Amino acid sequence: MTLASTVAVIMFLGVIAYAVFAGADFGSGVWDLTAGDDKQGAPMRTLIDHSIGPVWEANHVWLIFVLVYLWTGFPTAFATICEVLFLPLTLAGFGIVLRGSAFAFRKFAPSLAQARLFGAMFAVSSVVTPFILGGVAGAIASGRVTLNRPASSWTAWTHPTSLVGGTLAVLTCAFLAAVFLTAEAAKQHKVDLFEACRKRAIISGIVTGVAALLGIWPLDRDAPTLFHGLNHRALPLILVSGAGGAGTVWLLIQRKARLARITAVIAVASVVAGWGVAQWPWILVDELKISDAAGAHQTLWGLVFVFMLAAVTVVPSLAYLLWFTQRREPSVS
Amino acid sequence: MSMTIVATAQLVPARWQMTVSLGSHIVLACFGVAFPAMIWVMHGRGLKGDEVALSLAKRWSKVAAVLFAVGAVSGTILSLEMGLLWPEFMRTFGDVIGLPFALEGIAFFVEAIFIGIYLYGWNRLPGRFHRMLLIPISISGVFGTFCILAVNAWMNAPTGFTLNTNSAGKLVTSNVDPLAAMFNRALWSEFVHMFIGAYVLVGFCVAAVYAAGLLKGRDDHHHRIGFIVPFAFASIAAVIQPFSGHIAGLRLATEQPSKLAAMELATDTEKPAPLTIGGIIIDGKVHYAIKIPDLGSLIARGGTDRPIIGLNDVPADARPNDQLANTVHFSFQAMVGIGTMLALLAVAFWLFRRRKQDWLRSRLFLKIAVVAGPAAIAALEFGWITTEVGRQPWIAYGVMRIDQAVTQSSGVWVSLIVLVIVYAAMGLGSLGVLRSMSRRWRAGESDDLPTPYGPGAPELEEAGAGSSS
Repeated sequence: MTLASTVAVIMFLGVIAYAVFAGADFGSGVWDLTAGDDKQGAPMRTLIDHSIGPVWEANHVWLIFVLVYLWTGFPTAFATICEVLFLPLTLAGFGIVLRGSAFAFRKFAPSLAQARLFGAMFAVSSVVTPFILGGVAGAIASGRVTLNRPASSWTAWTHPTSLVGGTLAVLTCAFLAAVFLTAEAAKQHKVDLFEACRKRAIISGIVTGVAALLGIWPLDRDAPTLFHGLNHRALPLILVSGAGGAGTVWLLIQRKARLARITAVIAVASVVAGWGVAQWPWILVDELKISDAAGAHQTLWGLVFVFMLAAVTVVPSLAYLLWFTQRREPSVS
Repeated sequence: MSMTIVATAQLVPARWQMTVSLGSHIVLACFGVAFPAMIWVMHGRGLKGDEVALSLAKRWSKVAAVLFAVGAVSGTILSLEMGLLWPEFMRTFGDVIGLPFALEGIAFFVEAIFIGIYLYGWNRLPGRFHRMLLIPISISGVFGTFCILAVNAWMNAPTGFTLNTNSAGKLVTSNVDPLAAMFNRALWSEFVHMFIGAYVLVGFCVAAVYAAGLLKGRDDHHHRIGFIVPFAFASIAAVIQPFSGHIAGLRLATEQPSKLAAMELATDTEKPAPLTIGGIIIDGKVHYAIKIPDLGSLIARGGTDRPIIGLNDVPADARPNDQLANTVHFSFQAMVGIGTMLALLAVAFWLFRRRKQDWLRSRLFLKIAVVAGPAAIAALEFGWITTEVGRQPWIAYGVMRIDQAVTQSSGVWVSLIVLVIVYAAMGLGSLGVLRSMSRRWRAGESDDLPTPYGPGAPELEEAGAGSSS
């Protein structure tokens, strides 16, 4: 594998991590939004706070990781994406700001009315942001991001592939979050919440699977390069993803929430990986190859070094954070 | 040669959007850098048996969490804006300056993770080990600052590449050396100045909160240590800061003469140059200024035999215009003025404390200490404006102008307006939430505040309504 490809793979590992970690995090906003009024929804919202409270900032650093690797490793690709997708990326940025700050504020809001407002901001932007980011992915994957861009950047992300990308992103997030929340409820021995989350996880799993199958259909004409990749090189990953999704639903029916988390992560990680494999060797589909987009040689080595540094610093501490916040032991206070 | 800068439609809103985004983020980032060290001290006192200090450490960590969260998201939007607003800059130099950004990514990651563990660790981890978690938080804060300042310093002293023009007339780089770019000539002095500045800002701001409490007659151990710990940090930082600033400024005469000229409001090259206090350039001439002979050369150059280059001796398209020069000069003097007063305030407080005079009973001092918080924020912003506007019209000094870097996308005005609204709401939200936290703590709620929409919700509304009256 060439140096440029190695850096591209590292960057895409960041995309997968973002999809899994931030996905579960975004998705909890879907369930927050649909939890009902203050009284009815309070247990669910408290569960969400407990579940993502300690980890959500770390989850979102993956996006920064991806952006930095993109502009350092592949500056032309980054600049072009930013020019063509100015509008959706700006909206996504606002979505991230509103979501994060509203979530942080809600916990300490001065009154119930303000908590309601912050909660609504958090929940709505949790749905809108992944939809837009999925659309951005769809624009890149369908070859809409071109070096000699059209006058309007509106059409680049308003086409079937972006619609499919956005919809699948939201559904995937909701599914992942529901599975994680089910496991969290089980950990806390909250039977009602466990059943409520389990039902949501099973339904969203089935809906996501159906949507994914339907979503492939327009890609044939709208994103031929991606479609061909998905049907050929990436097919094993897509099948693994399907099996992971089906396995998750089965495990949930069997009430095995802890195991279901693993299969759900496999399902999401492999479908995102499938996207990357399907568009290989393009970084901007049909327009710019990874090898042509690569930045300076020494810098690419620097990025490999930074990745190794991250492997010895970030990975163990992240593992500790997740282990520490997920283990069974309750607070002694 | 009088080539004027090509006006592009997006330049004005793009610069304002950057100003608002960075100007907000820089304050939050300071808390990420300097606050953990203050919590460290407080937590240490708490472990020695001071229950009040322990409770303060816990509350501060929750405040830090809110600020860190807002800082995290405002940092994310900044990394998007690098490309959204300045795509040509990133296209040309992304691989030259990307490495410190990547390293900063790691630092930020580690910081986010350990803050998560630290917050979750209250009542769950043994005290000493729990406090130790502040060490990686602090180190990653310092390292992150170093990396970000490496990029900003590089914009002032670009190095580590060879510049060419390709067949399409666009700038391209070759022979890229990312380490040389990172360890550029401006790095150390800028980093040290910013790092100390963070302690000045956070120290005075946190102390101001407790000074306000003391002023309201809440003279107790809680408010006294809440004031004294951050004030001690701020004092040390404020006293060293003028020296670090002076060292940072010495680089300018030879390396960024147009920035120095704007800071000193020097229109013509003079040897020895005077120190210009106040004043404004109108139609190319300095009015209403007090000029102290020779002092300008002496301070900025270290000798009266050395000149300060004037703005008129720099080509018009390579220096700040008169309006920007006025901004730089004003900001620079405001920073120096406020900084000096903060240092004097700190020195006076500790001197009188040695003589057993308790200024924490002096209403005048407490009032000044309350004002010192926002004043420290102002000093930092003015310093930042000085260095950023002083670099104009360059995004990378001497290499690429901002009009060559800016986006062609329409709609920056709209994104600017939305950003201003969102950030205003975010600022108000932060203040409202922090005030509410302190009110609820004062009303006797436990350090762990209940989730407002939880089962305790109705009481909360009453409590909130009751204490605000």
